[in-house]
Amino acid sequence: MTDTASAKSGDIRADYLAHARQRQMYSGILLLVFVLLMVSGFQLADARNAGGFWTGIHQFFDFPSEVVSEAVAKAANLPGLMWKFLPSLIETVNIAGVATLIGACGGALLSLLSTRGLARFPALIPVFRRLMDAMRAIPEIVIALVLIFVLGGGPVPAMIAIAFHTTGALGKLFSEVSENADRKPVEGLSSAGASWSQSMWLGVLPQVTPNWLSYALLRFEINVRASAILGFVGSGGIGYDLKTAMQWGQGRYDQVVAIFLLLFATIVVIDQVSSHFRHKLVKGH
Amino acid sequence: MTAMISTPPAGTLGDAAVAAFDRKRRVAFAIPAVVLVYLTYIFFAFDIPGIVTNARTDNAAILLSDFWSHKTHVTRDNRSGTVTVAIEGENKGTYPPSRLPEWVGMQDSLTRIDLGKGYEVVYEGEGARFTVPDYGVIRVQPEGRGIRLDLPEGEIPDWINASSARVTVTTPEGRFSMTRNRTETFRYEPGWELFFFTLDSPFSGLSFRELANLAISGERIDPARPNIVHMISDFWNNQMWRHGDVAWALFETVLMAFLGTMGAAVVALPLAFLAASNFTPARSLRFVLRRFFDFVRGVDGLIWTIILSRAFGPGPLTGSLAILMTDTGSFGKLFSEALENVDRKQVEGVQSTGASPIQQARFGVMPQIVPVLLSQVLYYLESNTRSATVIGAIVGGGIGLLLTQAIITQKDWEEVSYYIILIVLMVMAMDSLSGWLRGLLIGQTGRT
Repeated sequence: MTDTASAKSGDIRADYLAHARQRQMYSGILLLVFVLLMVSGFQLADARNAGGFWTGIHQFFDFPSEVVSEAVAKAANLPGLMWKFLPSLIETVNIAGVATLIGACGGALLSLLSTRGLARFPALIPVFRRLMDAMRAIPEIVIALVLIFVLGGGPVPAMIAIAFHTTGALGKLFSEVSENADRKPVEGLSSAGASWSQSMWLGVLPQVTPNWLSYALLRFEINVRASAILGFVGSGGIGYDLKTAMQWGQGRYDQVVAIFLLLFATIVVIDQVSSHFRHKLVKGH
Repeated sequence: MTAMISTPPAGTLGDAAVAAFDRKRRVAFAIPAVVLVYLTYIFFAFDIPGIVTNARTDNAAILLSDFWSHKTHVTRDNRSGTVTVAIEGENKGTYPPSRLPEWVGMQDSLTRIDLGKGYEVVYEGEGARFTVPDYGVIRVQPEGRGIRLDLPEGEIPDWINASSARVTVTTPEGRFSMTRNRTETFRYEPGWELFFFTLDSPFSGLSFRELANLAISGERIDPARPNIVHMISDFWNNQMWRHGDVAWALFETVLMAFLGTMGAAVVALPLAFLAASNFTPARSLRFVLRRFFDFVRGVDGLIWTIILSRAFGPGPLTGSLAILMTDTGSFGKLFSEALENVDRKQVEGVQSTGASPIQQARFGVMPQIVPVLLSQVLYYLESNTRSATVIGAIVGGGIGLLLTQAIITQKDWEEVSYYIILIVLMVMAMDSLSGWLRGLLIGQTGRT
């Protein structure tokens, strides 16, 4: 009797150990594959790069030190230059602001149209979802560059591109929030004869606004960065000024530093302010 | 006294409610008003009216038509009299004289171009004539230093643009233009030309069925290799569309995103332990690391990309490192927050068995945070695929570079649309891949 019991527990022990070993082996293999992928990937990227990693790493500080030393020598120019580039900075922030605003409105509409239980046309839910997926998938640079061809330079192509992407991205996040919204106010409103837009406006929006605003603020942070980078590739805002200053090269590094400082300060300030408000919105006061 | 508190005068409560409603109503009107004012300001700051009037709608039309069609140029050099038929007017797409498309007929000095639906252009001698149904025959003849235009009776229609130096006729079936030096006809056809095989390949112009036959049975066109290998190599090395290079570029973009994201996660994880208050008692170290994360994040991908491309030159490695830099900051912040929310009990349980700090981290902490970390890393992987497209345009690597180059030349719009479609497919594929991996590794299906 005791013999069989101990034999049984021995079996269990052996089974458990075998199982644990197998699991360990699987995670080991996974880790190995990951390490191999990383190493070979870096080697491949290194081989296809113009400059190698090991030669580049010594030069890493060359450019920043060159830039900084020139800027230090011309430190007196910096405040004036920052003042000069302020309008471009405002343009960059405005691009992000308008794009977030438009994207949030579009995203809100699309999200309500694609949330089960709230949708105006339930049969079209998959259509609106795929539409949002497609809008999210198109990188901003694609739309921006195509629009520059049609509309010419300036801030508008970047703004439309970012707004388009934001609509898709926020639409998805918004619909996750509105999916969890309480349906009772909506039912109450429709039983009182409210139209779809009325029941959304009065029944759903008050519930979801804090979370939606928080997501929109987060998106605004992302969009400021995107707007700077689009300016560099395309046109408009401080990114474009940075490109011109960089192309000039030596002699204009004080401008480069002024733009770097402005951009850095803006991003940090916007990050801090937005995370403060997001905290307040989501967790209450 | 107590009665006083529990039932305050009805007037105060009512007043408070009315005041609250008033405030709400004011806010409900104030917010849209502020938004409207802001948009009005933007309307003028961005000069929307100017942009609307200056919009190049003709460019938009070119772009749209190139997305789904291509044009073949039939060009006569009026000096030498030679006629060439070339797709998009490019050297790579020039038809050899022995294999002209069937809608071009050449006899001595006479070239007949059938544009379909009765539209026909004939180059004859020095001049040309264009037959337009329901209108008549347009004759163009060089004369002196200019060009003479003979039209049917009546007013000149707006689709004919004529000056003494240049005549342009635009019809739905094709476009004709003549200057002193050259006579040119464009014929538009749907589809992307030579997408599979260029004209120098023996497989060009064959139907799918013929190709399949050749691939499976058929005699070897090139005795050295089977037809299917020949076909794949001709497709891969297509000079016009460069499928091989494009595939490499896509791979490079994904590679940048992968290396950047995963590298950042690997770098950020140990740093996050040092920045989490429940693992690192040293306050100053935590402070330094947190500011480091903030700094790296705040400097932004754009600035990192510029600094790195100076050090490492253009290429995918630079892009990977730029993503790695920026995301180390983001991951460090996210991971250390996740670590601070770890349940202490499991760690204490592992500790009570005499485990070392590393073992505690491995068996007490990691199982709790791995799902959170993985889902964040995978989310970033997908979003970085998109960023890698933009970064590629700056550092000169991947599909971003091809796209910007194609757009800057402003003529290969069919290539632009090809790249756009590929980029969207790539991002969607990475999206599904990261969702699938998330489901596989964490054991719950990704959000749809």
